Formats: sequence, C-alpha cells, structure tokens
Amino acid sequence: MSDKLMHTPLNNLHKNSHVRMMPFAGYEMPLQYKNGIMSEHLHTRSHAGLFDVSHMGQVVLRGNDFKQTAKALETLIPMEVETLNVDRQRYGFFTNSTGGIFDDFMFSNRGDHIYMVVNASRKEDDIKYLRENLEPLGVSVRNLENRALIALQGPTSQKVLEEHFPKISKMRFMDVSTIPIAGAECWVSRSGYTGDDGFEISIPSQAAEIVTTSLLEHETVELAGLGARDSLRLEAGLCLYGQDIDATTSPVAAGLKWAMHTSRLSGGDKEGKFPGAEKILSEISDGTEYKLVGFVPLGKAPIRANTELFGHDSSSDKIGWITSGSFSPTLKHPIALGYVKKEYSIQGNRVNAQVRGKLLEIEVTQLPFVKKNFKK
Amino acid sequence: MKFTEEHEWLRVEGDLVVVGITEHASSQLGDIVFIELPDEGTTVSKDDEIVVIESVKAASDILSPLDGQIVEINEMLVDEPSKVNEDPVGDAWFFKMKPDNMDQIDEYMDEAAYSKLIS
Repeated sequence: MSDKLMHTPLNNLHKNSHVRMMPFAGYEMPLQYKNGIMSEHLHTRSHAGLFDVSHMGQVVLRGNDFKQTAKALETLIPMEVETLNVDRQRYGFFTNSTGGIFDDFMFSNRGDHIYMVVNASRKEDDIKYLRENLEPLGVSVRNLENRALIALQGPTSQKVLEEHFPKISKMRFMDVSTIPIAGAECWVSRSGYTGDDGFEISIPSQAAEIVTTSLLEHETVELAGLGARDSLRLEAGLCLYGQDIDATTSPVAAGLKWAMHTSRLSGGDKEGKFPGAEKILSEISDGTEYKLVGFVPLGKAPIRANTELFGHDSSSDKIGWITSGSFSPTLKHPIALGYVKKEYSIQGNRVNAQVRGKLLEIEVTQLPFVKKNFKK
Repeated sequence: MKFTEEHEWLRVEGDLVVVGITEHASSQLGDIVFIELPDEGTTVSKDDEIVVIESVKAASDILSPLDGQIVEINEMLVDEPSKVNEDPVGDAWFFKMKPDNMDQIDEYMDEAAYSKLIS
C-alpha cells in the first residue's frame, strides 16, 4: 500500500472547517474541529453531530434473489439473515475458524440485495473474503467506491432530516430507506455508533458535499470528528473492532451473544454452520474464561487501552486488561472497557489497574455507561 | 521567559523557576481532563518524566527541564485540569523548582526562537 493517504469526498469540506486531520485506516480523516472533542461530544448528546465516515466500506451482495443471498451470507456469520424484513438492518460479525471475530458490520435487506457497512481497517480483507466465499455460491460482491457515508447523530437528528423529508419521523431504529436530500438519492438507516438517536446516510460521492452542507445549515448541527466518535461509542458501551474485539477475541466473551440469532445456536433449525461454530457454541454453554466488562476508575486518572489488571493480592497474576479507556464528557469521569477473568466480572467488584507503576482501583460497572436513546 | 522543545515555558522568580506548558502545546493536546503533579520536595533530574497530562484522547508526559528540587506545585490543576486549556501561560503553571544550577536555563530558546519553532 502506498504511503499517500486516501481522501474521502468530504476532504475539502473538512479543510475549510478549522479541522485537525489524522491518518486512520489509510485515510486522512478529521480527528476534531475547532471546538475540540469534548465540545463536539457534548453537542452530539444535546443536539446533533455530523461525522464523515466515508472511509468505511460499503458493499452490495447480490444473488438471484434476497433469499439466496441471505443463505450465502449465513454461511459466514452466526446471524439469521433470511428472516430479515425488507428495509430492516441488523448488526453482525464474521466469525473465523478459531471462534474469533474477522470483522463486525451492519447489514440490511434492500429487497433484491444485501447492503453492508464494514470497518475501514478491514474492508479490503472483508471484500476479498466475501468474494472467495460468496462468488462460488452465485452471489456477487460489489465494493461501492462511489458513495460517501455520513452519520448524523443526536436528539435533533430527526428534526434536521424532516426539513428535507418530512416522513423521516416514521422510521424506527434500524429501519432503512431511500430518500432524496438536496436532490441526491440517499440511503438512510436510523442507526449509529453513539448510543443516541441518529441516522447513517450513504450519498453518491459527487453529491456528498452538497448534502452535507445542506444538513450543516440547520442551526443544531455541528461537525464532529473521530475523536468524539470514539468517546461517544465508548459511553454507549459499543465495541470497536481492532480494539475491544478482533480475530483472537470470542464474541461470547465480548458480550455479543445477543447478536447471534437462536436459529443459529444449539437447538436452532440452522444450528452452527458458520466458521468456528463448534468453539462458539461450546462457549455459550460452558462460558468463557474472560468477559468484556465496563469499568469506572475510582480516581481521576483515565485508564487507557493495554493497561494490565490485577486482583487485590499484590502477588496476584494478571487477571485482565483494558481494551478502550477514555474520559467520559457526559459523566465527567473516566470510563473503560476491558477483559477480566469471569470470577472478577461481577458488577461492583473492584480490581487494580497498573498505571505508570502504580495500582489504581477500578470498579466493574453496568454497560452502557450512558443510557441509550434509540427511537423505538 | 525561556522555552523548551517540549513546549514548556520557564519563568525565573528569584532563585526559583516556574514551569508550565505553552499555548501551542495546550491547544495541540486538546481538552485536558487529568493532571498528575510530582510531590513537593522531590529531587529531579533534567528529562525525568514528572508530570502526566491526559486529554480526552491520550496521555502525555512533561519532562523536568532542569536538575533541582520541586518546591511548589499548582494544586488547583488537580481539581481543574481544564485551566491548562484556558490560561496555560498564566494561572495554570505546573510547578516551581529550585534548580541546582540556574545557568542550565540558558540552553533554552527565547520567545523569538520558540515562535519560529512552532510556526
């Protein structure tokens, strides 16, 4: 891969917006704008933040019909796809042969095809993997390189889109629809990565700037960067691929069993038949050694990723590690996600985090840190 | 006032040196949410990591610019770390130290040289 960073269709818009850019997954992406991460985060929680996430992969799977396409995708994931209704979206992940996670993504039934949004850092691998496995089953895999993707997140998001499409209020959480915004054909889902109400909007690249600019005209909308995106998703207790989950982590340990449909689990009519099924099904029945939990430090110091965790006995072995840690702008104290041995994972239990040679007490807490606010 | 390449400012007050971070550094760090200061009385060597600054995004260290002893720390920053974003060169100084050798400060940049560095 060349060292030159790729640009999203909104690169010029960012550069005219007092942005601080950073390299991310091969793209030059906005870390923050002039008001900073804290302000962008709080504005998203109180009004609406607009995020460029065009670096993410947008993929179309197309077989003879939806049913065939769904069945093909089911060979790679522990989710139910066939019964997904038209214009509904689900969260999913590819498992690997050792029971880890190859990538996580959103997928939706768009009538005659499946539309997926995958992680930027994984999209090349995902597309190769999908082609290798689905093309032999008669399903084509198309990487949509001509569309931008933005996320409009926060409590005023609906009001903002109503100005362009009044019927948007009819959409429920995880509904998908094609609507015109500023004259462009946009694919909109009522979903996001902040725990708040919001929409993810796929836009033809050539219209990306016009659509984004027209949404920014609403008095409640401000640009927000990847810094705020990370602190918002952490408050919502949502995993980030490459950080909290990866090829070596069990979806069961990561608390993602909810995303696996009963039809694919033991006793279901489509039991197993996805990579690593044996391992994952045994983890569901027998439990895992570690569990991903939320932590609140008792002190003021943020506990960062890769911090090691220990029990109270000073001679104790390592009992876990932090995978994401930051300051919560909403709660005004640090929060973290991490894996800890199951016997330490009970809510209210305290363990020690080793930070700069000192042991700091942190407490296992309920997830999410900040209550979700989805439109039911 | 003198400036280090690590974006600290040093101001001489009698036989003490007051140390903080520059406007440029505080804006680069972003919203500061946590500061850990050394204990008063600590003996430090130049380049020892003596202050931890955490922004929402990441942690960074502040190195001791001189050999000497920490004689006073700015306790206010422990409760209000965001002061470093508001007034980095005024109220939000980090610590006062008594250098072993005041001449050590001469190696650092003056304001003109520092402005050039960050421009």
